[in-house]
Amino acid sequence: MKMSSLKAIGFRAVRSLVTLLLCVTLVFVILRAAGDPSEELLPPETPPDIRQEYRVQWGLDRPIVVQYLNFLSRVARGDLGESFASDLPATELVMRAIPKTILLGGSAFLLATLIGMSLGVTAALRHGTAVDRSLIAAAVLGYSMPVFFLGILLILVFALQLRVLPSSGSSSPVHLILPTITLALPLAGRVARFARTATLEVMGKPFIRTARAKGLGQLAVILGHALPNAMVPLLMFFGIEIGLILSGAVVTETIFAWPGLGRLLVDSVNMRDLPVVQAVILMITLIIVLSNLFVDILHALLDPKVSLARTLGGAG
Amino acid sequence: MSSASEQVDIRSTLRLWGASPVIVLCIGWLLAMILIAIFADLLAPIHYTTQDLTARFRPPAFMTGGSADHLLGTDHLGRDVLSRMIYALRTSILIATLGTLIGAVMGTLMGLAAARFRGIVDMVAMMLCDVQTALPSLFIAIAFLAFFGNNIVLFIILVSFEGWERYARLARGLVLSEQTADYIRAVEAFGAGTGRVVFQHLLPNIAASLVVQATLNFPGTILLETSLSFLGLGVQPPDTSLGLMLGEGRRYLLNAWWIAVLPGIIIFLTTLAMSLFGDWLRDRLDPTINKEG
Repeated sequence: MKMSSLKAIGFRAVRSLVTLLLCVTLVFVILRAAGDPSEELLPPETPPDIRQEYRVQWGLDRPIVVQYLNFLSRVARGDLGESFASDLPATELVMRAIPKTILLGGSAFLLATLIGMSLGVTAALRHGTAVDRSLIAAAVLGYSMPVFFLGILLILVFALQLRVLPSSGSSSPVHLILPTITLALPLAGRVARFARTATLEVMGKPFIRTARAKGLGQLAVILGHALPNAMVPLLMFFGIEIGLILSGAVVTETIFAWPGLGRLLVDSVNMRDLPVVQAVILMITLIIVLSNLFVDILHALLDPKVSLARTLGGAG
Repeated sequence: MSSASEQVDIRSTLRLWGASPVIVLCIGWLLAMILIAIFADLLAPIHYTTQDLTARFRPPAFMTGGSADHLLGTDHLGRDVLSRMIYALRTSILIATLGTLIGAVMGTLMGLAAARFRGIVDMVAMMLCDVQTALPSLFIAIAFLAFFGNNIVLFIILVSFEGWERYARLARGLVLSEQTADYIRAVEAFGAGTGRVVFQHLLPNIAASLVVQATLNFPGTILLETSLSFLGLGVQPPDTSLGLMLGEGRRYLLNAWWIAVLPGIIIFLTTLAMSLFGDWLRDRLDPTINKEG
């Protein structure tokens, strides 16, 4: 590995850490600006002496800087207090919900990539034809569709009218189908649009013309030459999409009663179970920042053109 | 300056006639929605909160059992769905417009300041942009609403968070590349202050890009508002928004699908029209913005 990509990776890692720290700070600021955390983070019926004990335990009687450092060390240890609603540690509730969200997000991601890539590449190969235009139209329809509306339409048709698929719960693999489609279709529209642009760009490059001139068939050119070269921009694109998938998961999980992070978040907000809200928000930040870092590292490894200078330029 | 903006106006108006039928349709739909929102009081047949418990779950007029009294049927409290949709549209458009404006102004100012002052201001602004990129606005909004409770002013401010960092990055980048240009150096040599340089000379040159960005951002802002209201975290009854109508109607899908589906169609068509219009505007006004931006 070249020195320059190592530097680029190091730079991105530091940047991710700073972003993470800023997000944690933001949560701390929101928490303190909203009032006394012993009022906010303990159940309303808590007796005053327990409240006082909590204040001392969390150092709420100490200066704000000490409180901040205290908060940081607790976040680092994953100690975010107990849920009012269930008496379980907030972190544990989050840990239980994560696999469900990964399952839903992962399958939606796969489905969207499959649909989006094939439509996007097809459109690019039929550039300027009626096929291209109708695929673009389908993609625009896909990504303009609000997740909550799509979910409701799917429930209406497949769960209530045709009665072929369940509309809520997570007890069997069949329960995964409707939420996955709901989350995947808008994403597939964006993937298709992106894949089309990326393919068009790559197909115009000299090495593709050389490959064609060698007499390689369409499929061999696409799989052997075009796709590997389109991987880097696609990877960057997916890095950006992770936040959007998680946002979509909040709505999707709520509609389909899917017990993941998103539903936990909405339920906790409705019950004002603030330790859990705080834990979910921090976990989501961590997931997004880490996935972006992962994408950046892959990018630096795959693309020899990435240097520190370019990474720095990308910051602007 | 006025002649320049007039020129842009005439040019874009001329091109409007050369626009594809789809774009004309989009503009027509958006204008219709705006007019309906403005004249909601005149257009709504019945007040949106008027309940009639003897007329609950009436189907729309085009279905069997529907009547002309309630063209689009009634909901679980016997309220007229058409009237509610008209008012909901007003609320949703008002919040999304205010949110877009606030976000655009704040983001642009931050980008201008970052580019003009550089140093610590630039660093802080870019760090805030990083945080916004790391945390989607839906989560930021939910965090604030959870800790501060819901009120309409806070909600509008939170909705304005959608995409502010894109204006900031855009304005910063454009100003950085413009401010070394000869005409800016000339103005500065004549002794113009920062305010004058930024607002009289830099801003007009990047205005088109910012307007395009605002148009592209608008669907995201509508979706943020409707999603939050759908989840029950946004607009609260007795007020109503398109998202809230969907959220309420979701419970009655089996017997009365129209309560949820009709507002959903309006949200879908409006965001769709706005996306297509934004894409078109970008291609016409501003070839510098990245296609995938």
